[in-house]
Amino acid sequence: MDNFKFTVGPAPHIEKTEDTSKIMFWVIAALLPITIGAIYIMGTPALIVIAMSIAGSVGAEALWHAVSKKPMTIADGSAALTGLLLALTLPPQVSWWLPLFGGFIAITIAKFIFGGLGYNIFNPALVARAILLLSWPAQMTKAWLEPVNIDAKTMATPLYIAKKIPASFDAQAFIKSFLFTNKAGSIGEVSAVLLLVGAAILLFKKIIDWRIPFFYIGTVAFLTFAAGKNPTFYVLAGGLIIGAFFMATDYVTSPITPRGRIIYGVGLGAVTVLLRFYSNLSEGVMFAILFMNMLAPLIEKYSRPRVLGMAGKAKS
Amino acid sequence: MSNLKVAWADFKNGLVVENPLLVLMIGLCSALAVSSRLENTIFMGVAATFVLVCSNAIVSLIKKVTPPTIRIPIFIVIIASFVTIVDLSMKGYFPAAYERLGVWIPLIVVNCMILGRAEAFAYGNSIFRSVADGLGIGAGYTMVLMIMGFVRELLGSGKIILFDSTVLSLGSAYIKDPIRILVFFPGAFLVFGFLIGALNIVRQKREQK
Repeated sequence: MDNFKFTVGPAPHIEKTEDTSKIMFWVIAALLPITIGAIYIMGTPALIVIAMSIAGSVGAEALWHAVSKKPMTIADGSAALTGLLLALTLPPQVSWWLPLFGGFIAITIAKFIFGGLGYNIFNPALVARAILLLSWPAQMTKAWLEPVNIDAKTMATPLYIAKKIPASFDAQAFIKSFLFTNKAGSIGEVSAVLLLVGAAILLFKKIIDWRIPFFYIGTVAFLTFAAGKNPTFYVLAGGLIIGAFFMATDYVTSPITPRGRIIYGVGLGAVTVLLRFYSNLSEGVMFAILFMNMLAPLIEKYSRPRVLGMAGKAKS
Repeated sequence: MSNLKVAWADFKNGLVVENPLLVLMIGLCSALAVSSRLENTIFMGVAATFVLVCSNAIVSLIKKVTPPTIRIPIFIVIIASFVTIVDLSMKGYFPAAYERLGVWIPLIVVNCMILGRAEAFAYGNSIFRSVADGLGIGAGYTMVLMIMGFVRELLGSGKIILFDSTVLSLGSAYIKDPIRILVFFPGAFLVFGFLIGALNIVRQKREQK
Protein backbone atom coordinates (compact mmCIF):
# COMPACT_ATOMS: atom_id res chain seq x y z
CA MET A 1 0.00 0.00 0.00
CA ASP A 2 2.87 2.32 0.65
CA ASN A 3 3.83 2.43 -2.97
CA PHE A 4 0.31 3.20 -4.19
CA LYS A 5 0.18 6.50 -6.07
CA PHE A 6 -2.86 8.67 -6.39
CA THR A 7 -2.95 10.81 -9.47
CA VAL A 8 -4.41 14.21 -8.82
CA GLY A 9 -5.75 16.09 -11.76
CA PRO A 10 -8.85 17.42 -13.42
CA ALA A 11 -11.53 15.10 -14.85
CA PRO A 12 -11.94 12.96 -16.91
CA HIS A 13 -10.21 10.22 -14.95
CA ILE A 14 -11.53 7.31 -16.97
CA GLU A 15 -10.82 7.52 -20.65
CA LYS A 16 -12.71 5.57 -23.27
CA THR A 17 -10.63 3.73 -25.77
CA GLU A 18 -12.89 4.80 -28.61
CA ASP A 19 -11.63 7.45 -30.99
CA THR A 20 -12.75 8.72 -34.37
CA SER A 21 -10.97 6.11 -36.44
CA LYS A 22 -12.32 3.24 -34.31
CA ILE A 23 -15.89 4.52 -34.61
CA MET A 24 -15.50 5.03 -38.35
CA PHE A 25 -14.12 1.50 -38.61
CA TRP A 26 -17.14 0.04 -36.85
CA VAL A 27 -19.59 2.01 -38.98
CA ILE A 28 -17.84 0.83 -42.15
CA ALA A 29 -17.86 -2.71 -40.75
CA ALA A 30 -21.59 -2.38 -40.10
CA LEU A 31 -22.09 -1.29 -43.70
CA LEU A 32 -20.14 -4.26 -45.07
CA PRO A 33 -23.10 -6.72 -45.08
CA ILE A 34 -25.19 -4.41 -47.26
CA THR A 35 -22.21 -3.46 -49.44
CA ILE A 36 -21.22 -7.06 -50.11
CA GLY A 37 -24.85 -8.06 -50.50
CA ALA A 38 -25.45 -5.26 -52.99
CA ILE A 39 -22.39 -6.16 -55.05
CA TYR A 40 -23.45 -9.83 -54.99
CA ILE A 41 -27.06 -9.12 -55.97
CA MET A 42 -26.60 -6.15 -58.31
CA GLY A 43 -23.23 -7.12 -59.77
CA THR A 44 -20.59 -4.96 -61.42
CA PRO A 45 -22.64 -1.73 -61.78
CA ALA A 46 -22.93 -1.48 -57.99
CA LEU A 47 -19.23 -2.24 -57.56
CA ILE A 48 -18.27 0.53 -60.01
CA VAL A 49 -20.48 3.10 -58.27
CA ILE A 50 -19.11 2.19 -54.82
CA ALA A 51 -15.48 2.24 -55.99
CA MET A 52 -15.87 5.54 -57.85
CA SER A 53 -17.63 7.23 -54.96
CA ILE A 54 -14.98 6.21 -52.43
CA ALA A 55 -12.23 7.16 -54.89
CA GLY A 56 -13.83 10.59 -55.30
CA SER A 57 -14.16 11.29 -51.59
CA VAL A 58 -10.76 9.94 -50.51
CA GLY A 59 -9.14 11.69 -53.50
CA ALA A 60 -10.77 14.97 -52.53
CA GLU A 61 -9.55 14.57 -48.95
CA ALA A 62 -5.98 13.92 -50.12
CA LEU A 63 -6.12 16.86 -52.53
CA TRP A 64 -7.47 19.21 -49.86
CA HIS A 65 -4.73 18.29 -47.44
CA ALA A 66 -2.10 18.68 -50.13
CA VAL A 67 -3.38 22.17 -50.97
CA SER A 68 -4.04 23.42 -47.42
CA LYS A 69 -0.91 21.75 -45.98
CA LYS A 70 -2.76 20.61 -42.87
CA PRO A 71 -2.25 17.21 -41.20
CA MET A 72 -3.72 14.26 -43.06
CA THR A 73 -6.99 12.84 -41.80
CA ILE A 74 -7.49 10.18 -44.46
CA ALA A 75 -6.44 7.45 -42.05
CA ASP A 76 -9.41 8.05 -39.74
CA GLY A 77 -11.67 6.57 -42.42
CA SER A 78 -14.25 9.34 -42.34
CA ALA A 79 -13.78 10.21 -46.01
CA ALA A 80 -14.07 6.58 -47.06
CA LEU A 81 -17.23 6.27 -44.97
CA THR A 82 -18.74 9.36 -46.61
CA GLY A 83 -17.97 7.92 -50.03
CA LEU A 84 -19.47 4.56 -49.13
CA LEU A 85 -22.64 6.12 -47.69
CA LEU A 86 -23.04 8.29 -50.79
CA ALA A 87 -22.64 5.27 -53.07
CA LEU A 88 -25.32 3.39 -51.15
CA THR A 89 -27.83 6.19 -51.89
CA LEU A 90 -27.19 6.17 -55.64
CA PRO A 91 -28.86 4.12 -58.36
CA PRO A 92 -26.51 1.39 -59.65
CA GLN A 93 -26.62 2.30 -63.33
CA VAL A 94 -25.53 5.94 -63.25
CA SER A 95 -22.60 7.07 -65.41
CA TRP A 96 -19.23 6.30 -63.85
CA TRP A 97 -18.28 9.98 -63.41
CA LEU A 98 -21.38 10.81 -61.38
CA PRO A 99 -20.37 9.05 -58.11
CA LEU A 100 -16.79 10.29 -58.60
CA PHE A 101 -18.00 13.89 -58.79
CA GLY A 102 -20.42 13.24 -55.92
CA GLY A 103 -17.69 11.94 -53.62
CA PHE A 104 -15.55 14.92 -54.52
CA ILE A 105 -18.19 17.54 -53.68
CA ALA A 106 -19.26 15.68 -50.53
CA ILE A 107 -15.79 16.19 -49.09
CA THR A 108 -14.96 19.62 -50.53
CA ILE A 109 -18.24 21.55 -50.45
CA ALA A 110 -20.07 19.84 -47.61
CA LYS A 111 -17.16 19.07 -45.28
CA PHE A 112 -13.97 21.11 -45.69
CA ILE A 113 -15.60 24.40 -46.69
CA PHE A 114 -17.28 24.29 -43.28
CA GLY A 115 -14.02 23.49 -41.51
CA GLY A 116 -13.56 19.75 -41.80
CA LEU A 117 -14.75 16.77 -39.77
CA GLY A 118 -16.82 17.85 -36.79
CA TYR A 119 -17.72 21.26 -38.13
CA ASN A 120 -20.04 20.42 -41.02
CA ILE A 121 -23.66 21.49 -40.58
CA PHE A 122 -25.08 19.02 -43.07
CA ASN A 123 -24.44 15.35 -43.67
CA PRO A 124 -21.79 15.42 -46.45
CA ALA A 125 -23.05 12.33 -48.27
CA LEU A 126 -26.58 13.71 -48.42
CA VAL A 127 -25.47 17.17 -49.56
CA ALA A 128 -23.64 15.48 -52.42
CA ARG A 129 -26.69 13.39 -53.23
CA ALA A 130 -28.93 16.47 -53.23
CA ILE A 131 -26.59 18.26 -55.63
CA LEU A 132 -26.43 15.20 -57.88
CA LEU A 133 -30.22 14.82 -57.81
CA LEU A 134 -30.81 18.43 -58.79
CA SER A 135 -28.07 18.41 -61.45
CA TRP A 136 -28.80 15.08 -63.14
CA PRO A 137 -32.41 14.28 -62.23
CA ALA A 138 -32.86 11.91 -65.17
CA GLN A 139 -30.01 9.63 -64.13
CA MET A 140 -30.75 9.86 -60.43
CA THR A 141 -34.38 8.75 -60.80
CA LYS A 142 -34.20 6.29 -63.68
CA ALA A 143 -30.96 4.32 -63.49
CA TRP A 144 -32.38 1.47 -61.42
CA LEU A 145 -31.29 -2.06 -62.18
CA GLU A 146 -34.76 -3.56 -62.57
CA PRO A 147 -37.37 -0.82 -62.33
CA VAL A 148 -40.93 -1.87 -61.71
CA ASN A 149 -42.70 -2.05 -65.05
CA ILE A 150 -46.19 -0.71 -64.71
CA ASP A 151 -48.15 1.24 -67.33
CA ALA A 152 -45.04 1.35 -69.52
CA LYS A 153 -43.30 3.52 -66.93
CA THR A 154 -40.00 1.69 -66.59
CA MET A 155 -38.47 4.41 -64.42
CA ALA A 156 -40.64 3.53 -61.50
CA THR A 157 -39.66 2.64 -57.97
CA PRO A 158 -42.31 1.18 -55.68
CA LEU A 159 -42.67 4.52 -53.85
CA TYR A 160 -43.17 6.27 -57.18
CA ILE A 161 -45.98 3.90 -58.09
CA ALA A 162 -47.58 4.24 -54.66
CA LYS A 163 -47.70 7.98 -55.17
CA LYS A 164 -48.34 8.56 -58.88
CA ILE A 165 -50.25 5.44 -60.00
CA PRO A 166 -52.10 4.32 -56.86
CA ALA A 167 -54.63 2.33 -58.92
CA SER A 168 -52.07 -0.30 -59.94
CA PHE A 169 -50.28 -0.33 -56.60
CA ASP A 170 -50.12 -3.38 -54.36
CA ALA A 171 -48.04 -2.85 -51.21
CA GLN A 172 -47.88 -6.52 -50.22
CA ALA A 173 -46.21 -7.48 -53.48
CA PHE A 174 -43.17 -5.36 -52.69
CA ILE A 175 -42.60 -6.03 -49.00
CA LYS A 176 -40.86 -9.39 -49.43
CA SER A 177 -38.50 -7.99 -52.08
CA PHE A 178 -37.63 -5.06 -49.82
CA LEU A 179 -36.46 -7.47 -47.16
CA PHE A 180 -34.14 -9.54 -49.34
CA THR A 181 -33.48 -8.55 -52.96
CA ASN A 182 -34.91 -5.27 -54.11
CA LYS A 183 -33.52 -4.27 -57.49
CA ALA A 184 -35.85 -1.31 -58.03
CA GLY A 185 -33.95 1.13 -55.89
CA SER A 186 -30.63 2.56 -54.80
CA ILE A 187 -27.66 0.31 -54.02
CA GLY A 188 -28.24 0.56 -50.28
CA GLU A 189 -31.91 -0.30 -50.59
CA VAL A 190 -31.17 -3.77 -51.87
CA SER A 191 -32.03 -5.58 -48.66
CA ALA A 192 -33.53 -4.30 -45.41
CA VAL A 193 -32.36 -7.41 -43.53
CA LEU A 194 -28.69 -6.77 -44.34
CA LEU A 195 -29.07 -3.14 -43.25
CA LEU A 196 -30.63 -4.21 -39.97
CA VAL A 197 -27.73 -6.60 -39.34
CA GLY A 198 -25.38 -3.63 -39.61
CA ALA A 199 -27.64 -1.49 -37.45
CA ALA A 200 -27.67 -4.21 -34.79
CA ILE A 201 -23.86 -4.17 -34.72
CA LEU A 202 -23.84 -0.41 -34.17
CA LEU A 203 -26.52 -0.54 -31.49
CA PHE A 204 -24.77 -3.43 -29.74
CA LYS A 205 -21.43 -1.59 -29.79
CA LYS A 206 -23.28 1.52 -28.52
CA ILE A 207 -21.91 3.54 -31.40
CA ILE A 208 -25.35 4.89 -32.27
CA ASP A 209 -28.13 5.83 -29.90
CA TRP A 210 -31.43 3.94 -30.28
CA ARG A 211 -33.57 7.04 -29.90
CA ILE A 212 -33.14 8.70 -33.31
CA PRO A 213 -33.82 5.61 -35.48
CA PHE A 214 -36.55 4.32 -33.15
CA PHE A 215 -38.52 7.57 -33.08
CA TYR A 216 -37.83 8.27 -36.76
CA ILE A 217 -39.14 4.93 -38.00
CA GLY A 218 -41.85 4.88 -35.34
CA THR A 219 -43.18 8.27 -36.43
CA VAL A 220 -43.20 7.21 -40.09
CA ALA A 221 -45.04 3.99 -39.20
CA PHE A 222 -47.55 5.81 -37.02
CA LEU A 223 -48.27 8.61 -39.50
CA THR A 224 -48.64 6.29 -42.50
CA PHE A 225 -50.89 4.02 -40.43
CA ALA A 226 -52.95 7.03 -39.34
CA ALA A 227 -53.24 8.09 -42.99
CA GLY A 228 -54.73 4.69 -43.79
CA LYS A 229 -51.72 3.42 -45.75
CA ASN A 230 -49.69 0.26 -45.23
CA PRO A 231 -47.06 1.19 -42.59
CA THR A 232 -44.86 -1.86 -43.28
CA PHE A 233 -44.48 -0.81 -46.90
CA TYR A 234 -43.60 2.78 -46.06
CA VAL A 235 -41.06 1.77 -43.42
CA LEU A 236 -39.26 -0.69 -45.69
CA ALA A 237 -39.53 1.28 -48.94
CA GLY A 238 -36.93 3.75 -50.12
CA GLY A 239 -34.06 4.96 -48.00
CA LEU A 240 -35.74 5.08 -44.61
CA ILE A 241 -33.84 2.22 -42.93
CA ILE A 242 -30.39 3.27 -44.14
CA GLY A 243 -31.24 6.93 -43.49
CA ALA A 244 -32.53 6.34 -39.98
CA PHE A 245 -29.68 4.12 -38.77
CA PHE A 246 -26.66 5.38 -40.70
CA MET A 247 -27.29 9.01 -41.69
CA ALA A 248 -29.66 10.59 -39.18
CA THR A 249 -27.42 9.29 -36.38
CA ASP A 250 -24.32 11.09 -37.70
CA TYR A 251 -22.65 12.53 -34.56
CA VAL A 252 -21.76 15.85 -36.09
CA THR A 253 -25.12 16.79 -37.54
CA SER A 254 -27.60 15.46 -34.97
CA PRO A 255 -28.43 16.66 -31.43
CA ILE A 256 -26.52 15.08 -28.55
CA THR A 257 -29.09 15.50 -25.80
CA PRO A 258 -31.39 12.50 -25.15
CA ARG A 259 -34.58 14.57 -25.30
CA GLY A 260 -33.25 16.42 -28.33
CA ARG A 261 -32.75 13.11 -30.12
CA ILE A 262 -36.37 12.17 -29.54
CA ILE A 263 -37.57 15.52 -30.93
CA TYR A 264 -35.14 15.12 -33.83
CA GLY A 265 -36.42 11.63 -34.64
CA VAL A 266 -40.07 12.63 -34.52
CA GLY A 267 -39.33 15.68 -36.69
CA LEU A 268 -37.51 13.52 -39.22
CA GLY A 269 -40.44 11.14 -39.42
CA ALA A 270 -42.99 13.92 -39.82
CA VAL A 271 -41.02 15.70 -42.56
CA THR A 272 -40.37 12.43 -44.40
CA VAL A 273 -44.05 11.49 -44.46
CA LEU A 274 -44.98 15.04 -45.45
CA LEU A 275 -42.57 14.95 -48.39
CA ARG A 276 -43.56 11.43 -49.42
CA PHE A 277 -47.27 12.27 -49.50
CA TYR A 278 -47.46 15.93 -50.47
CA SER A 279 -44.32 16.95 -52.42
CA ASN A 280 -43.63 16.21 -56.07
CA LEU A 281 -40.83 13.84 -55.07
CA SER A 282 -41.65 10.24 -54.30
CA GLU A 283 -38.98 9.87 -51.61
CA GLY A 284 -38.38 12.30 -48.75
CA VAL A 285 -35.70 10.82 -46.48
CA MET A 286 -32.79 12.83 -47.91
CA PHE A 287 -34.43 16.24 -47.70
CA ALA A 288 -35.95 15.40 -44.31
CA ILE A 289 -32.49 14.67 -42.87
CA LEU A 290 -30.94 17.76 -44.48
CA PHE A 291 -33.81 19.89 -43.15
CA MET A 292 -33.53 18.51 -39.62
CA ASN A 293 -29.71 18.91 -39.76
CA MET A 294 -30.43 22.62 -39.93
CA LEU A 295 -32.61 22.48 -36.83
CA ALA A 296 -30.26 20.25 -34.80
CA PRO A 297 -28.39 23.10 -33.02
CA LEU A 298 -31.70 24.73 -32.08
CA ILE A 299 -33.14 21.47 -30.77
CA GLU A 300 -29.96 20.93 -28.78
CA LYS A 301 -30.18 24.38 -27.26
CA TYR A 302 -33.72 23.87 -25.96
CA SER A 303 -33.36 20.29 -24.77
CA ARG A 304 -30.44 20.50 -22.37
CA PRO A 305 -30.80 18.08 -19.49
CA ARG A 306 -31.10 19.46 -15.99
CA VAL A 307 -27.72 19.69 -14.29
CA LEU A 308 -27.47 17.25 -11.39
CA GLY A 309 -28.16 18.97 -8.10
CA MET A 310 -29.63 22.08 -9.68
CA ALA A 311 -33.25 22.86 -8.99
CA GLY A 312 -35.64 23.97 -11.69
CA LYS A 313 -34.86 24.45 -15.33
CA ALA A 314 -31.36 24.19 -16.66
CA LYS A 315 -29.90 27.51 -17.60
CA SER A 316 -27.13 28.07 -20.04
CA MET B 1 -7.01 67.88 -59.78
CA SER B 2 -7.62 66.90 -56.16
CA ASN B 3 -11.34 66.84 -56.95
CA LEU B 4 -10.75 64.20 -59.58
CA LYS B 5 -8.56 62.22 -57.21
CA VAL B 6 -11.30 62.17 -54.56
CA ALA B 7 -13.84 61.07 -57.15
CA TRP B 8 -11.52 58.32 -58.37
CA ALA B 9 -11.12 57.10 -54.76
CA ASP B 10 -14.90 57.07 -54.41
CA PHE B 11 -15.18 55.05 -57.60
CA LYS B 12 -12.57 52.50 -56.50
CA ASN B 13 -14.19 52.26 -53.08
CA GLY B 14 -17.44 51.07 -54.64
CA LEU B 15 -15.68 48.71 -56.99
CA VAL B 16 -13.78 46.63 -54.42
CA VAL B 17 -13.54 47.91 -50.84
CA GLU B 18 -17.29 48.40 -50.43
CA ASN B 19 -18.43 46.10 -53.19
CA PRO B 20 -22.22 46.05 -52.71
CA LEU B 21 -22.59 42.30 -53.27
CA LEU B 22 -19.44 40.70 -51.90
CA VAL B 23 -18.65 43.04 -49.00
CA LEU B 24 -21.76 45.00 -48.00
CA MET B 25 -23.99 42.10 -49.11
CA ILE B 26 -26.90 44.30 -50.10
CA GLY B 27 -29.14 43.93 -53.12
CA LEU B 28 -28.57 40.17 -53.09
CA CYS B 29 -32.08 39.03 -53.88
CA SER B 30 -32.20 40.25 -57.47
CA ALA B 31 -28.51 39.46 -58.00
CA LEU B 32 -28.97 35.81 -57.09
CA ALA B 33 -32.13 35.61 -59.17
CA VAL B 34 -30.99 37.14 -62.47
CA SER B 35 -27.45 35.74 -62.57
CA SER B 36 -28.47 32.45 -64.20
CA ARG B 37 -27.59 33.94 -67.61
CA LEU B 38 -24.78 36.27 -68.59
CA GLU B 39 -27.01 38.32 -70.88
CA ASN B 40 -29.48 39.02 -68.05
CA THR B 41 -26.69 40.24 -65.80
CA ILE B 42 -25.52 42.81 -68.38
CA PHE B 43 -29.00 44.32 -68.65
CA MET B 44 -29.56 44.19 -64.91
CA GLY B 45 -26.17 45.74 -64.18
CA VAL B 46 -26.62 48.58 -66.65
CA ALA B 47 -30.17 49.25 -65.42
CA ALA B 48 -29.14 49.33 -61.76
CA THR B 49 -26.08 51.49 -62.47
CA PHE B 50 -28.18 54.00 -64.40
CA VAL B 51 -30.68 54.26 -61.56
CA LEU B 52 -27.88 54.50 -58.98
CA VAL B 53 -26.01 57.30 -60.72
CA CYS B 54 -29.13 59.35 -61.50
CA SER B 55 -30.73 58.96 -58.08
CA ASN B 56 -27.43 59.71 -56.33
CA ALA B 57 -27.08 62.89 -58.41
CA ILE B 58 -30.61 64.13 -57.71
CA VAL B 59 -30.50 63.23 -54.02
CA SER B 60 -27.20 65.09 -53.66
CA LEU B 61 -28.55 68.03 -55.63
CA ILE B 62 -31.60 68.58 -53.42
CA LYS B 63 -30.05 67.53 -50.10
CA LYS B 64 -30.19 71.10 -48.74
CA VAL B 65 -33.95 71.37 -49.26
CA THR B 66 -34.82 67.81 -48.22
CA PRO B 67 -36.37 67.76 -44.74
CA PRO B 68 -34.63 64.97 -42.78
CA THR B 69 -37.90 63.67 -41.35
CA ILE B 70 -39.32 62.67 -44.73
CA ARG B 71 -36.11 62.01 -46.62
CA ILE B 72 -36.75 58.28 -47.19
CA PRO B 73 -40.08 58.80 -49.02
CA ILE B 74 -38.41 61.48 -51.12
CA PHE B 75 -35.55 59.11 -52.01
CA ILE B 76 -38.06 56.43 -52.95
CA VAL B 77 -39.95 58.82 -55.25
CA ILE B 78 -36.70 59.82 -56.98
CA ILE B 79 -35.56 56.22 -57.37
CA ALA B 80 -38.99 55.11 -58.57
CA SER B 81 -38.98 57.78 -61.27
CA PHE B 82 -35.70 56.51 -62.72
CA VAL B 83 -36.77 52.89 -62.42
CA THR B 84 -39.90 53.75 -64.41
CA ILE B 85 -37.69 55.29 -67.10
CA VAL B 86 -35.57 52.13 -67.25
CA ASP B 87 -38.64 49.92 -67.13
CA LEU B 88 -40.41 51.62 -70.02
CA SER B 89 -37.28 51.99 -72.19
CA MET B 90 -36.36 48.34 -71.76
CA LYS B 91 -39.90 47.31 -72.57
CA GLY B 92 -39.71 49.41 -75.73
CA TYR B 93 -36.21 48.62 -76.99
CA PHE B 94 -35.34 45.19 -75.55
CA PRO B 95 -38.67 43.36 -75.18
CA ALA B 96 -37.03 39.90 -75.07
CA ALA B 97 -34.64 40.80 -72.24
CA TYR B 98 -37.45 42.63 -70.45
CA GLU B 99 -39.56 39.49 -70.64
CA ARG B 100 -36.80 37.38 -69.06
CA LEU B 101 -35.91 39.82 -66.31
CA GLY B 102 -39.60 40.18 -65.52
CA VAL B 103 -40.34 41.53 -62.09
CA TRP B 104 -36.70 42.22 -61.19
CA ILE B 105 -36.56 45.47 -63.17
CA PRO B 106 -39.47 47.17 -61.34
CA LEU B 107 -38.09 45.73 -58.11
CA ILE B 108 -34.95 47.89 -58.46
CA VAL B 109 -37.11 50.49 -56.66
CA VAL B 110 -36.81 48.60 -53.41
CA ASN B 111 -33.23 47.39 -53.98
CA CYS B 112 -31.53 48.43 -50.76
CA MET B 113 -28.25 48.97 -52.60
CA ILE B 114 -29.68 52.09 -54.26
CA LEU B 115 -31.58 53.43 -51.26
CA GLY B 116 -28.53 52.64 -49.12
CA ARG B 117 -26.19 54.74 -51.26
CA ALA B 118 -28.69 57.62 -51.36
CA GLU B 119 -28.95 57.57 -47.58
CA ALA B 120 -25.33 56.78 -46.69
CA PHE B 121 -23.46 58.71 -49.35
CA ALA B 122 -25.38 61.05 -51.63
CA TYR B 123 -27.32 62.74 -48.81
CA GLY B 124 -24.11 64.03 -47.29
CA ASN B 125 -21.72 64.57 -50.21
CA SER B 126 -21.29 66.77 -53.25
CA ILE B 127 -22.98 65.90 -56.52
CA PHE B 128 -19.66 65.18 -58.23
CA ARG B 129 -18.58 62.69 -55.59
CA SER B 130 -22.08 61.16 -55.46
CA VAL B 131 -22.01 60.43 -59.20
CA ALA B 132 -18.55 58.88 -58.83
CA ASP B 133 -19.82 56.75 -55.95
CA GLY B 134 -22.87 55.68 -57.97
CA LEU B 135 -20.64 54.71 -60.89
CA GLY B 136 -18.27 52.76 -58.63
CA ILE B 137 -20.98 50.89 -56.75
CA GLY B 138 -22.79 50.21 -60.03
CA ALA B 139 -19.61 48.93 -61.66
CA GLY B 140 -18.83 46.71 -58.65
CA TYR B 141 -22.37 45.33 -58.76
CA THR B 142 -22.25 44.71 -62.52
CA MET B 143 -18.82 43.11 -62.32
CA VAL B 144 -19.78 40.56 -59.66
CA LEU B 145 -23.10 39.93 -61.38
CA MET B 146 -21.35 39.21 -64.67
CA ILE B 147 -18.84 36.84 -63.08
CA MET B 148 -21.72 34.95 -61.45
CA GLY B 149 -23.70 34.92 -64.69
CA PHE B 150 -20.69 33.70 -66.64
CA VAL B 151 -19.86 30.84 -64.25
CA ARG B 152 -23.46 29.77 -63.75
CA GLU B 153 -24.43 29.83 -67.43
CA LEU B 154 -21.20 28.24 -68.68
CA LEU B 155 -21.04 25.39 -66.16
CA GLY B 156 -24.78 25.07 -65.60
CA SER B 157 -25.82 24.82 -69.25
CA GLY B 158 -22.51 24.18 -71.02
CA LYS B 159 -22.64 27.20 -73.29
CA ILE B 160 -22.95 30.97 -73.23
CA ILE B 161 -25.58 32.60 -75.41
CA LEU B 162 -25.26 36.34 -75.96
CA PHE B 163 -27.89 38.08 -78.09
CA ASP B 164 -29.05 34.87 -79.79
CA SER B 165 -25.60 33.59 -80.73
CA THR B 166 -23.50 31.03 -78.91
CA VAL B 167 -20.22 32.71 -78.03
CA LEU B 168 -18.66 29.95 -75.93
CA SER B 169 -19.38 26.25 -75.69
CA LEU B 170 -17.96 23.39 -73.63
CA GLY B 171 -18.77 20.75 -76.25
CA SER B 172 -21.86 18.68 -76.93
CA ALA B 173 -20.87 15.93 -74.47
CA TYR B 174 -20.91 18.44 -71.60
CA ILE B 175 -24.05 20.22 -72.80
CA LYS B 176 -25.93 16.94 -72.57
CA ASP B 177 -25.10 16.51 -68.87
CA PRO B 178 -24.09 19.84 -67.33
CA ILE B 179 -24.01 20.59 -63.60
CA ARG B 180 -27.60 21.79 -63.81
CA ILE B 181 -27.84 22.81 -60.17
CA LEU B 182 -25.79 25.92 -60.97
CA VAL B 183 -28.60 27.56 -62.95
CA PHE B 184 -31.05 26.91 -60.11
CA PHE B 185 -31.19 28.88 -56.86
CA PRO B 186 -28.92 26.56 -54.83
CA GLY B 187 -26.29 27.11 -57.52
CA ALA B 188 -26.59 30.87 -57.11
CA PHE B 189 -25.81 30.56 -53.42
CA LEU B 190 -22.92 28.16 -54.06
CA VAL B 191 -21.24 30.39 -56.67
CA PHE B 192 -21.85 33.49 -54.55
CA GLY B 193 -20.34 31.80 -51.49
CA PHE B 194 -17.24 30.81 -53.45
CA LEU B 195 -16.82 34.40 -54.71
CA ILE B 196 -17.00 35.79 -51.17
CA GLY B 197 -14.48 33.16 -50.07
CA ALA B 198 -12.14 34.03 -52.93
CA LEU B 199 -12.31 37.75 -52.11
CA ASN B 200 -11.61 37.05 -48.43
CA ILE B 201 -8.54 34.98 -49.33
CA VAL B 202 -7.23 37.82 -51.51
CA ARG B 203 -7.83 40.36 -48.73
CA GLN B 204 -6.14 38.20 -46.08
CA LYS B 205 -3.11 37.75 -48.31
CA ARG B 206 -2.95 41.52 -48.81
CA GLU B 207 -3.22 42.30 -45.11
CA GLN B 208 -0.43 39.87 -44.32
CA LYS B 209 1.93 41.70 -46.66
